[in-house]
Amino acid sequence: MTSLTILLVLVLLLVVFGLLFRLQILTAIFSGSYVRQIGTSNRVNAVLMLVFMVVGGAAFFWSFADNFDKMNPPIASIHGHAMERMFWTTMIVIGIAFVLTQVLLFVYSYKYQYKEGRRAYFFSHNNKIEVIWTIIPAIVMASLIFAGWKAWTRITGPAPKDAIVLEVMGKQFNWLVRYPGRDMKLGVVNYRLIDASNEFGFDLSDKASMDDFTASEIHVPKGHPVLIKIRSRDVLHAVYMPHFRVQMYAVPGMPTRFWFTPTTTTDEMRAKLGNPKFNYELACNQICGKGHFAMKLNIVVDEPDDYVAWFAAQSPVSKNADLMASYKQMSQQTGLGKGGSQGAKANAIEETGETPAPLAAQASM
Amino acid sequence: MSSNAGPTTAGIGTAPVPHTEHDDHLHDHEHHDQHWLWKYVFSQDHKMIARQFLITGMLWAIIGGVLSSLFRLQLGWPEATLDWLQPLLGKWIEGGKLNPEFYLALVTMHGTIMVFFVLTAGLSGTFSNFLIPLQVGARDMASGFMNMLSYWFFFLSSVIMFCSLFLETGPASAGWTIYPPLSALPQAIPGSGMGMTMWLVSMVFFIVSQLLGGVNYVTTVINLRTRGMSMSKLPLTIWAFFLTAILGILSFPVLFSAALLLVFDRSFGTSFFLSDIYIAGQALHNQGGSPVLFQHLFWFLGHPEVYIVIMPAMGMVSEILATNARKPIFGYRAMIGSLIGISLLSFVVWAHHMFVTGMNPFLGSVFMFLTLIIAVPSGVKVFNWLATLWRGNIRFTAAMLFAIGFVSLFISGGLTGIILGNATLDIQMHNTYFVVAHFHLVMGSSAFFGLFAGVYHWFPKMFGRMMDEKLGYIHFWLTFIGVYLVFMPMHYVGIAGFPRRYYSWTGFDAFSQFADLNKFISIAAILAFFAQFVFIFNFFYSIFRGRRATENPWNSTTLEWTTPIVPGHGNWPGEIPAVYRWPYDYSKPGSEVDFIPQNVPYSQTPSSNLPYERELAE
Repeated sequence: MTSLTILLVLVLLLVVFGLLFRLQILTAIFSGSYVRQIGTSNRVNAVLMLVFMVVGGAAFFWSFADNFDKMNPPIASIHGHAMERMFWTTMIVIGIAFVLTQVLLFVYSYKYQYKEGRRAYFFSHNNKIEVIWTIIPAIVMASLIFAGWKAWTRITGPAPKDAIVLEVMGKQFNWLVRYPGRDMKLGVVNYRLIDASNEFGFDLSDKASMDDFTASEIHVPKGHPVLIKIRSRDVLHAVYMPHFRVQMYAVPGMPTRFWFTPTTTTDEMRAKLGNPKFNYELACNQICGKGHFAMKLNIVVDEPDDYVAWFAAQSPVSKNADLMASYKQMSQQTGLGKGGSQGAKANAIEETGETPAPLAAQASM
Repeated sequence: MSSNAGPTTAGIGTAPVPHTEHDDHLHDHEHHDQHWLWKYVFSQDHKMIARQFLITGMLWAIIGGVLSSLFRLQLGWPEATLDWLQPLLGKWIEGGKLNPEFYLALVTMHGTIMVFFVLTAGLSGTFSNFLIPLQVGARDMASGFMNMLSYWFFFLSSVIMFCSLFLETGPASAGWTIYPPLSALPQAIPGSGMGMTMWLVSMVFFIVSQLLGGVNYVTTVINLRTRGMSMSKLPLTIWAFFLTAILGILSFPVLFSAALLLVFDRSFGTSFFLSDIYIAGQALHNQGGSPVLFQHLFWFLGHPEVYIVIMPAMGMVSEILATNARKPIFGYRAMIGSLIGISLLSFVVWAHHMFVTGMNPFLGSVFMFLTLIIAVPSGVKVFNWLATLWRGNIRFTAAMLFAIGFVSLFISGGLTGIILGNATLDIQMHNTYFVVAHFHLVMGSSAFFGLFAGVYHWFPKMFGRMMDEKLGYIHFWLTFIGVYLVFMPMHYVGIAGFPRRYYSWTGFDAFSQFADLNKFISIAAILAFFAQFVFIFNFFYSIFRGRRATENPWNSTTLEWTTPIVPGHGNWPGEIPAVYRWPYDYSKPGSEVDFIPQNVPYSQTPSSNLPYERELAE
């Protein structure tokens, strides 16, 4: 019944609009403005152009200022601060161009509206002006490119030798984290070895795997470079850590990486923001299916001492009874653990010492 | 064909015709020269094909708009129960909530429909078809038959894509960029089953349609220009359509290859894009493929594609600005040069979509250089448009308003490209709402504004009647304000790092602050969508009952306005007019009228000829 009423009201409204429309046409015919080329509406539109610029511009600047604090996620990495400066510098440059061109557009539209008896100025080209407004943007662009390129090579360049290494692996629909353990070497993994008890696909015939450990959240020390190695085991995901200004895809079959240096511990940031529940978060930022919007992982930035303590308290893969039992069973059945490990190694995704091919150029830069 | 050459009515339904032509029309019918099936359905006339593209495109735009309204409901009111949508969406509403996988299907299909079916086929298909023969002075396209095929392949592709919306497993859901492995594995998302298959088949037919059309446009512009119509006398619309067609011919085949390889990976067990995958409890055999390879192939089309969408709009806007400012377009040659510059550069910037996809960072540097260079020709175009308005005598027709709106949106959206093209800043901005806001302004809304400007401007030549100007004004202001209200705040959401294609952000503390703003955007988007019905009403009402047009209602200089009010098959009843001058002789000093059409020889205008033109007059 309600929907019928709504429908009826809508239909009646449409009829009213239709009648108003007819009425408007009939009045226009009656007053003679129906066939006139240029009437009062020309002036109205010209004034509206100006009104739009003033009101719209004011609304834009007000809302921008009003939302400014909310749109700036706190920054917690060294390169993040540099990026932030570059972002707002670029915003100022394009803001100037924005205001200049939009004001000219609307002011010209208003100022040069049709006037009886005036004739437009026949002005077809001027090469000098063209050259000027080609060269000035080119110079501005060149400087922006140069600054961007310097920062880009620094950020994507090889990580410092002493960087903390950890691995993040994306899967539908959560993140898995792995640390190399005391030997500082991530062991070989193989996607064919993945099962319910071995979500990473550890190849336990590789000794380097034995002291690797997994974690339910990322811990990193403050002030120390961190190299995140990134993998995916099913579809594309992207590691996106907005507070650290870090983003890199997780690609099945092609390990990627990103390094950064955190500058503020979680506790410091909580105090700074006055929010005791604050957490650094890692989000998936490449469409990956049903649970894409819920692929969250917390990141904890510790003081270096706390980090060392946390690291020492983790229990390595070799202490994981389930995993070891299924490994023993499998190696007895298939001989994979001993002689068969050759095949597993050949298929291994993760490197033990050398850099994988797709990233070779990065390392050499 | 020769039997059809006489003037006939070409309007849809009861389109008006002057008496003399009406007689011919009856005459035709007596001889059964043109069965309605060949005239309205399997027509080889470029003007009818253009109208077919336009109306199909409008249908698709409504569907695309409905889809976006649906997902904006979800984003604006994540907690609301959507039971009332059950009659429309059926099982995709589960317990009052939109199914998250169907949400992804909605964004995927919205993107696919708008980019390909509306802004490529609907915009370029309509106006390239309609204007190229009329403005270069040709009787029809080089091959009317291929042109007809082009529409019907598009139609076939449309039917397949439309049917895929109703599949039980849902339509394609891997994003309009269909990155594998998500798009290759039905285990990963149900939309990658039959829905993706139909998407790929539909897209293959779409590409065929684009190539048939493109080859025709290029051939027509090169070979069928009328006497005197040198390349340096072509209207900028034709230059834009010409270069657009070339871009399409060179880039669509690459999408075809990407689609083909993806079909192989999906159906025949190859591993072009798949490697080392463990999914749904199973390790797949595929090894050695690269998902990044697909991205290269996709964006090799995908980036020129955005220029395929925007360049026709640029051309039409140049034409409409000059006509209604009653001024020559400023820097005609610079405008052509910048179009060529944009076309060339559009092929070497594709990887700026891939800065953080694991591509070698050195390539990132190269593509950052090339990408930011493209801002220069784009800037030149904007400055030239502004200079065209300067000291003009502007008539605000609905078309002119949309043309000015186009320039405004192109500036607003284009400038943020300078941020996204910078690889360093893209680390943070990639795949956030900043990107969404950027491309919706610069390529989505701008191209739509170009489309609207074109429809309002050339409607009299298409249907012989005028659209209602007042409704046009209302449509413009509602849309213009609506678009800004939607996409300006969206930048704030993007700067805050909100990821796109998220069903909801409530799970993250980092993305908890903009619930009110998202609601605001949703309201603005839905209102702006409803404002489009003003246009749709105006369009169909005016076809049948609009004010009768004159031959040249805008006092324009180009050749299409020298044809009868509704040009028949063959466009000009008599000889095709010859061309003597460039298309922008508006308000020329010494001339009595404020426009001199291209087909007026210099010998007839001794008072207004410039020094070098005096020699040409003899």
